[in-house]
Amino acid sequence: MEWEVVIGLEIHAQLATKSKIFSGSSTAYGAEANTQANAVDLGLPGVLPVFNEEALRMAVKFGLAIDAEIGMKSVFDRKNYFYPDSPKGYQTTQLHHPIVGMGHIDIELENGESRRINVTRAHLEEDAGKSVHEGFDGMSGIDLNRAGTPLVEIVSEPEMRTAKEAAAYFKKMHSIVTYLGICDGDLSQGSMRCDCNVSLRPKGQEEFGTRTEIKNVNSFRNVERAINTEIQRQMDILEDGGSITQETRLYDADKDETRSMRSKEVENDYRYFPCPDLLPIIIDQEYVDAIKATLPELPDAKKARFQSEHGLSLMDAAVLSSDRQLADYFEAAANISGDYKIAANWVMGDVSAALNRLEISISELPVTAEQLGRLLSLIKDNTLNNGGAKEVFNALLDGKGTDGAEGVDALVDSLGLKQVSDTGAIEEIVAQVLADNPKLVEGYLATPEEKRGKAMGPFIGLTRKAAKGVNPQVVMDVLKQKLSEL
Amino acid sequence: MALDQDQVRKIASLARLQIDDNQISEYQTNLSNILHLVDQLAAVNTDGVEPMAHPLDAVQRLRADVVTEENQREHFQKIAPATAEGHYLVPRVVE
Amino acid sequence: MHNKTIAEISRDLAAGTYSSEEITKDLLTRVSKLDKDINSFITVTEEQALSQAKAADANRAAGNASAWTGVPMAHKDIFCTNGVLTTCGSKMLSNFEAPYDATVVTKFNDAGAVSLGKLNMDEFAMGSSNENSFYGPVANPWDKDRVPGGSSGGSAAAVAAGFVPGATATDTGGSIRQPAALCGVTGLKPTYGRISRYGMIAYASSLDQAGTITHTAEDAAMMMNVMAGFDAKDSTSVDRDVPDYTATLDNSIEGMTIGLPTEYFRDDLSADMQQQVRNAIAEYEKMGAKVKEISLPNTHLAIPAYYVIAPSECSANLSRMDGVRFGHRCEDPKDIEDLYCRSRGEGFGEEVKRRIMVGSYALSAGFYDAYYKKAQQVRRLIKNDFVTAFNDVDIIMGPVTPTPAFKRGEKTSDPVEMYLEDIFTIALNLAGLPGMSVPCGAVNNLPVGLQLIGNFFDEARLLNAGHKFQQATDWHLKTPTGI
Repeated sequence: MEWEVVIGLEIHAQLATKSKIFSGSSTAYGAEANTQANAVDLGLPGVLPVFNEEALRMAVKFGLAIDAEIGMKSVFDRKNYFYPDSPKGYQTTQLHHPIVGMGHIDIELENGESRRINVTRAHLEEDAGKSVHEGFDGMSGIDLNRAGTPLVEIVSEPEMRTAKEAAAYFKKMHSIVTYLGICDGDLSQGSMRCDCNVSLRPKGQEEFGTRTEIKNVNSFRNVERAINTEIQRQMDILEDGGSITQETRLYDADKDETRSMRSKEVENDYRYFPCPDLLPIIIDQEYVDAIKATLPELPDAKKARFQSEHGLSLMDAAVLSSDRQLADYFEAAANISGDYKIAANWVMGDVSAALNRLEISISELPVTAEQLGRLLSLIKDNTLNNGGAKEVFNALLDGKGTDGAEGVDALVDSLGLKQVSDTGAIEEIVAQVLADNPKLVEGYLATPEEKRGKAMGPFIGLTRKAAKGVNPQVVMDVLKQKLSEL
Repeated sequence: MALDQDQVRKIASLARLQIDDNQISEYQTNLSNILHLVDQLAAVNTDGVEPMAHPLDAVQRLRADVVTEENQREHFQKIAPATAEGHYLVPRVVE
Repeated sequence: MHNKTIAEISRDLAAGTYSSEEITKDLLTRVSKLDKDINSFITVTEEQALSQAKAADANRAAGNASAWTGVPMAHKDIFCTNGVLTTCGSKMLSNFEAPYDATVVTKFNDAGAVSLGKLNMDEFAMGSSNENSFYGPVANPWDKDRVPGGSSGGSAAAVAAGFVPGATATDTGGSIRQPAALCGVTGLKPTYGRISRYGMIAYASSLDQAGTITHTAEDAAMMMNVMAGFDAKDSTSVDRDVPDYTATLDNSIEGMTIGLPTEYFRDDLSADMQQQVRNAIAEYEKMGAKVKEISLPNTHLAIPAYYVIAPSECSANLSRMDGVRFGHRCEDPKDIEDLYCRSRGEGFGEEVKRRIMVGSYALSAGFYDAYYKKAQQVRRLIKNDFVTAFNDVDIIMGPVTPTPAFKRGEKTSDPVEMYLEDIFTIALNLAGLPGMSVPCGAVNNLPVGLQLIGNFFDEARLLNAGHKFQQATDWHLKTPTGI
């Protein structure tokens, strides 16, 4: 039978506020256990929540970025369940009146087309703490530092049909929230996590099949792998005439398999009701408009502009606009040099390679956009050739040279990389090279006319060896001239 | 509405309350009586009445995003039943 | 010294008639001698009280004294007190030394008051007789075989017994007014949001309200001057100016229109009780007030609506009592579920468990609309009754309780019978309105209370009306015969 895959994602993005959603505790990552959990976060008797204005602002910003309806009245509800990382025995979330309603984003497919995926809703809620299972002598240790970190949970419509689309959607959301600066997007620290709802149905059937939910997948690659694995598992069961159990599953990346989470098997009845400690959040159009005015240029707009203004290809524009910092870096360097194509090639080439090799982000790169821009300017005005530019770039990566554009110039000087473009000087060097290598000259002259271009190679090499930084184009021209005179 | 004993057990389990078997029937009676009392609500015509969650129909106030808390772990964990290395200890929970 | 009011003590301390240390010692001695029969205190903080009293005397000597400097009082054990046992009347919190102060506690500390300790109460404020305390029942100082009312039974009994001139208390369905009426003292439940709930252990968050138990309306005004006001830590606290409640106590009440709800004077109120309440109203008429019959047609729905809303909220509020971070934990839990079920099963008393279960049921899948949503709609109907009534009247008056104090054990077998005790008080909590109980008579030598109901934030008018009544009568001055 031919099956159609139905995928919906729930993405949890931690909002980049300084303090927690309902308390004044810090949200900084990596602190010692329970040192950032105050009376409110611990759920001590008698404490009360007060809502963080920045979390609201960020959620509205997100809603505007995905062209969604904004909840002018939103309400916090309590979702009741017992688990040791949930200190109050309920999670404060939004069920019936979320801050963000129906919206949408466009994802890029591999064939270069884009596809619209609708977002059902996004609501504000508090994160849970963490359970640590190792090192406590058969017990579990509970760390509530993360408890109360603000989250937006972004719920998609079940509109994705392949694992690749799901990964592209997750990537696009990542790109949007980091562009907005409302989430640091650090997947390894759990700043963004994804629950994948997967089901299969016979092609052409309207009704959805039974779905499973794969919890807490935390990388783009694993979203794709986990979903593909789950699709295969479900297909095997269905092909064998079996049926799918609606359940929560975990993805084990090492074994590339999903397994049932037994602890969640107990049927939950969350008994949602409006949180009586918090009042309805009412916002007006003025508030929304003020936030709208602060929206940065978003990835899609930037991509289009890179194509139309800077003449980049769709692919280059897509790559360079996917990350806001990368895009800003590119644009700054390109603006200084005035050559967007060279800048694009450098950022996607040497710069990206360096980031991968050093495992750092663009903000940590020792070569600033100003320095790269200067470097590119020097290529453009023939002061440097490509090889020389790479040498300067690598020197800067190694921490050599001083700050700013002057640092680049100083390195060019100290490394002796300034390209010699003076024809007179090059003529002298070439004459010397020809005089020193009569055998090569002889061989050259014996070469048939049509193959002489290639035979010129050794002279170019020798000339450049004799004088570092000569302009290859000028060398070529002078050589051609001199050889033809022989 | 009258509850049966299974319902009483189910509610107790939902609320994580251990109830001794010999007490189930007493809970069954008392809870059924309470539900009978509140069942009077069913007869009230509330068409078009907006549910009232708070007495004052007030609006949520917002807090500035400022870190105001310092680490008080030791103070808070003095009253905890079991801790180790700054963590609250519970019987192992495995996913 | 033990029958003095807060106002008298404040004046005496200012005049140097005695020191704070002297009266504190005197009251502590009285507590240690007599409270074993009343059981109004769960914790007496003798050492702390004496050091607060000495500090108050030193401040006064240094010329830094205000109305409350050195005045003794005590807190209901629902308010968190830093480093002091805060049990909420429960085994669950029988080892809980709160690591912080409730806002109300901070305010009294800052005002210079001397706290003698923590007062007994029905477990987690659930009850109308103070028989639901893990620390044992409280006796009514008027008749030790009778209940003091609840849930603030310890607060009412302690004031009636002359252990403290005033006590903090809380009222979710009548828990200040009913014990005040049964113990012959004055109880004020302010408008919802008037006093911070921060650090006051939650029973039903949208109904809970802190208030006062004192001998007189004047003392209640003095306590309100300390307690009332906005708190940034409580989202439901109201940011609104706080008047000086003592400034308007003596205002004339001539021309004040009193509404008498028909529904409060029916068969469920005995003839004796009716008579006492009617006498009190007549007293007001003598002072120039006018009386008008009004109707609060949804009164009979208040108890059913309350017993959906309060249990629902409490079922979630009490989930944090899970034996993980504080409080009672069972021995040798075999897994996390066992830890939860046994810690909670052992830590909570019967009535608390019942209400948690009712709430869990009312909120469970498929029942929400029929119970919770319906109750919230009825809640609005009940509030609207009052809003309409206050278009025509300045104040509403009626009984506080259907009967005077009943015998211990009389109503414990049937929870529903106990719930009906709150029939005249519970609607105010649903509406969020302020209410007050003022001693207004006696039936069989047991005190009877008159209930004064005000419009939103009209506490000053209630205190004014209560004070005028107490200027004209002496019911609030009667001392208990049982102690």
